[in-house]
Amino acid sequence: MSTLTYAVADSATMLGRQVRHMLRYLSMTLMLVGMPIVLLLLFVYVFGGTLGAGLGGPGGGREQYLEYVLPGILLIAVALGATGTAISVAMDMTEGIIARFRTMAIFRPAVLTGHVLGSMLQTMLSLAVVTAVAVVIGFRAGATPVEWLATVGVLAAITFAFTWLCVAFGMAAKNVEAASNLPQPLVFLPFLGSGFVPTDSMPAGLRWFAEYQPFTPMMDTMRGLLLGTAIGSSGVVALAWCAAITLASYLWARKLYNRDPIR
Amino acid sequence: MTSTRTRPAIRATGLRKSFGDKAVLDGIDLEVAEGTIFALLGPNGAGKTTTVHILSTLIGADGGEVQVAGHDLAREPDAVRAAIGVTGQLTAVDNLLTGEENLLLMAGLHHLGREEGRRRAAGLLDRFDLAEAGAKPAATYSGGMRRRLDLAMGLIGEPRILFLDEPTTGLDPRSRRTMWQIIRDLATGGVTVLLTTQYLEEADELAGQIALLDQGRLVAEGTAEELKRRIPGCHIRLQFAYPDDLAAAARALGDATRDDEALTLQVPSDGDVKSLRALLDRLGDASIEVAGLSIHTPDLDDVFLTLTGQPDKDKEPAR
Repeated sequence: MSTLTYAVADSATMLGRQVRHMLRYLSMTLMLVGMPIVLLLLFVYVFGGTLGAGLGGPGGGREQYLEYVLPGILLIAVALGATGTAISVAMDMTEGIIARFRTMAIFRPAVLTGHVLGSMLQTMLSLAVVTAVAVVIGFRAGATPVEWLATVGVLAAITFAFTWLCVAFGMAAKNVEAASNLPQPLVFLPFLGSGFVPTDSMPAGLRWFAEYQPFTPMMDTMRGLLLGTAIGSSGVVALAWCAAITLASYLWARKLYNRDPIR
Repeated sequence: MTSTRTRPAIRATGLRKSFGDKAVLDGIDLEVAEGTIFALLGPNGAGKTTTVHILSTLIGADGGEVQVAGHDLAREPDAVRAAIGVTGQLTAVDNLLTGEENLLLMAGLHHLGREEGRRRAAGLLDRFDLAEAGAKPAATYSGGMRRRLDLAMGLIGEPRILFLDEPTTGLDPRSRRTMWQIIRDLATGGVTVLLTTQYLEEADELAGQIALLDQGRLVAEGTAEELKRRIPGCHIRLQFAYPDDLAAAARALGDATRDDEALTLQVPSDGDVKSLRALLDRLGDASIEVAGLSIHTPDLDDVFLTLTGQPDKDKEPAR
């Protein structure tokens, strides 16, 4: 077999391992899906009436806020999924089985690609569930089928980027506790962007940060795609952020994995 | 290949490794003949595990030449990996998977194909008495079962060389004997085994060749018989109830090895009744209470203690 077939075969084997882990460790999987749903319901039904009125658009209120907040909630779901990745990578690294994988003649990054593919699968499923809940409680997208597809593509690119970042976090962390703390900022960044309120309602310094941090163009892109409105340059900026985060994280993760595990 | 018979399975020369400025391996030479069991014996912190980590391609060496299965370790790590099986000190099983799934995972990574993988997994579960537990998660296994599963996972690729790092540490006596029989059977089947152990009995039972490792250096090497020959005669071991008695006896007898923690004294002796009586007379004259006495003919423990020059050290921090 060639290197490429080995790479695909070994990554698929490792993906199978991750899928089994998710099924066996169901509480974690359910938590990762449940949290964003709780946040969605909280923001729509508790804060939604007031925040929606503050948006100042025609109609206003809860329904309009649901449309506004969904992209932010989806990104929190991505960030939570990535946190789960960091934890499971760190757990793996503390176990003897990784030493076994390292002493086998396998496609070396397969351990990492297995984690990434498994997490992608899990997060995309959780995003589908969260979106379904949003639709059930009244989310009506103005998106065409092509725009829906584009939304899925953008979400996949974002998930891919943050999953690789968290694979690196999981390996950089000295223990599982640290691995669960390192990605925490990712969960909060949507709040410090255009996720929950428009950035122009923020004070100057914060607004500057909110407009330039990566989550804002990502959320603006999805909002535009889902509601069928213009997205301007946000799409290009969002994808550029994804590419940059993916590349840097992949190189970092690979470097961490290839160093001697015992130093 | 005609050279297979004479070529050693493992050959290392001048192996060095430091962690920070602590030299863990300080120039080790090893040669393990194909199809034999070789034991690396030493106290905690001697460098046994580090040696296995290097030979099994887990970590790099700082210096030295190593060939495993005829392949250079530094230049062709994947060729080495394809020829070896490893069972480390940290049991390398996936706790969330069942025993069978663990084996099938390994079969998948060896690209065995579904049929062959299932066949070998079933065979190994049977052979290691895990057939019944095969469908249960590994997390529910006992220590002995985990070790057997761990070893089975290392065997699914049918390696020619097997590294076992303290394969029986923490096992009860019965599981230990089972493990010994498994290791012997493997060697009979032509597999070269390099194992590390801190149990002299284990090295004595299993290994044709024993190397004694202490503080990163090989202090002795040979068969169990050869090593025992390096220890002169037998000794008498005196057990005391109180440190004061031990101290008094040590003063009275002079030429003795004393262990303050165990409250024992080892006195060289030729083991006959006359010298034993003389010894007891000297203790009686000094009015020292002896709690217990035993006569030892030399075993590997003596070799160990004599050559490493220390009774035992605290467990090294896990790495």
